[in-house]
Amino acid sequence: MKQNQALFEYLLRLGDSNMILGQRLCEWIGQAPALEEEMALGNLALDLIGQARSWLEYAARVEDAGHSADELAFTRDERAYRNLLLVEQANGNFADTLARQYLFDQYHYHLLGALSSSTDAQVAAIAAKGLKEVTYHLRRSSAWIKRLGDGTAESHAKMQQAIDEIWTYSGEMFIADEVDRVLAAAGIGADLDPLQRLWEADVQALLAEATLTCPPLEQYMQRGSKQGLHTEQLGFLLAEMQFLPRAYPGASW
Amino acid sequence: MYAQLVDTGVKRLKTLEEMSPQERDFQQKIDAEIKIEPKNWMPEGYRRTLIRQISQHAHSEIVGMLPEKNWLTRAPNFKRKLQLLAKIQDEGGHGLYLYSAMETLGADREEEIAKLHSGEVKYSSIFNYPTLNWADMGTVGWLVDGAAIVNQVVLQRTSYAPYSRAMIRICKEESFHQRQGYQILLHLMQHGNEAQKAMVQDSINRFWWPALMMFGPHDSDSPNSAQSMAWKIKRMSNDDLRQRFIDQTVPQLELLGCTAPDPALKWNAERGHYDFGEIDWSEFYDVVKGNGPCNRDRLRTRRRAIEEGSWVREAASAYAAKQQQNNAAA
Ligand SMILES: [Fe+2]
Ligand SMILES: [Fe+2]
Ligand SMILES: [Fe+2]
Repeated sequence: MKQNQALFEYLLRLGDSNMILGQRLCEWIGQAPALEEEMALGNLALDLIGQARSWLEYAARVEDAGHSADELAFTRDERAYRNLLLVEQANGNFADTLARQYLFDQYHYHLLGALSSSTDAQVAAIAAKGLKEVTYHLRRSSAWIKRLGDGTAESHAKMQQAIDEIWTYSGEMFIADEVDRVLAAAGIGADLDPLQRLWEADVQALLAEATLTCPPLEQYMQRGSKQGLHTEQLGFLLAEMQFLPRAYPGASW
Repeated sequence: MYAQLVDTGVKRLKTLEEMSPQERDFQQKIDAEIKIEPKNWMPEGYRRTLIRQISQHAHSEIVGMLPEKNWLTRAPNFKRKLQLLAKIQDEGGHGLYLYSAMETLGADREEEIAKLHSGEVKYSSIFNYPTLNWADMGTVGWLVDGAAIVNQVVLQRTSYAPYSRAMIRICKEESFHQRQGYQILLHLMQHGNEAQKAMVQDSINRFWWPALMMFGPHDSDSPNSAQSMAWKIKRMSNDDLRQRFIDQTVPQLELLGCTAPDPALKWNAERGHYDFGEIDWSEFYDVVKGNGPCNRDRLRTRRRAIEEGSWVREAASAYAAKQQQNNAAA
């Protein structure tokens, strides 16, 4: 695999996960448990969609096929999307959303930390800028896991159930393929093994502090997104998000 | 205007002679344009009227997020999506800021929100109309935020200092929303295809009259206006504000190359204002009474958010209490 082709794939993965999670968070507007939380979820979505834009703009340049970042995000079909299965899962209740968010934030934090010293200057710059935002995201979602885990009996049960339900989608990000290996070898992408060890230690410690049981690390993990094989959730999300550009091809907004 | 029918509880204005010494002192301050701060004495009616007006205004900011949320997940590109989300976030911020201004009057945010949910307190009638195409995201910014600004620019001089300060801060952002909304429409009219241009005209047709209704009933049908004006909570009459809005909006409409759904709309050189047709007041009162296309949806959404979130808020307080206990023990 050529390095540029790998880099394009890699940038799609980074951009798409942010984009899809941002889109999911937008769905919360008007329905969050408190106004302050709604604002916080909205700010999170702003950060993630902003980061998606930076990654996809770079992806468009690397691809060099005349596509814009907008076209990559708003016209690519499901099989060409590269976001993690984790982030496309439905919002569920507040605990489900926070479980998804925390498991992603914890990964995102270490990933951007690693990418901040990428040998690709552009990757390093986008990652360093994103890391500041993600450090805050992680602090917030960690705090909520503790609050809900160690809050009331009801919130504890809901939080535990949320973690158990989403857990099977939490391992995919560490399953390396050729793209990961080519870019890690070139110092452009992150080496996933050390990332996984950091993630596991952090997650186990936080769940323990939150009085929650960490599901087994060796449990079977769903996979497929790196080849564009998604769960049934993504098609509907894209149908909504891409409605206008698809209904009016080539139109300017 | 985001607060359309604010009851002052007063049927007739008191003269200075009829007032108690405290009331007279208060009224003289108002007349001298001295702003009232939370610690100052104020008549109970003034306090209650302000709570009603500011809470209606705050509720409107919050409920007003919903028609825009309706297109947030379908915004067509990065720029528009990020803009729209940032705007919705601003409105939430306005809501929070206004609730704090309201709390300086001794009102409780949760209690006032409960009144919204029970239907006892209203929000602006405009948010009971649906957003049916993308151009509505432009029209809402241009006409709805635009009408709100006309009202709120005047409210910067309102007599209650915390409300006045809130208005000064909020107006800056509302002007930005208004320009951004107009840009959405201008872009569609200048760079859009026929279908997109048709969206714009359709959107204006649907929002034109409801936007004019935002200023509330005619002055002759506003029994509470006199007291609100005497207290300088209100600074300009409904009809004057509406005229000002129309006068500044019609040239922008023409620049778009669109029309208003009002055959009577035309420049009157003698008056130096635009003439316009009569508003369908039966529609206005129907919407205020709860029969607008979206009244039930909007309230159901807000109510459900708070009800379904109760276990989250309980968990947060339980956790905070545990933390406090642990800190005390340590
Ligand atoms: Fe606002
Ligand atoms: Fe407003
Ligand atoms: Fe606004």
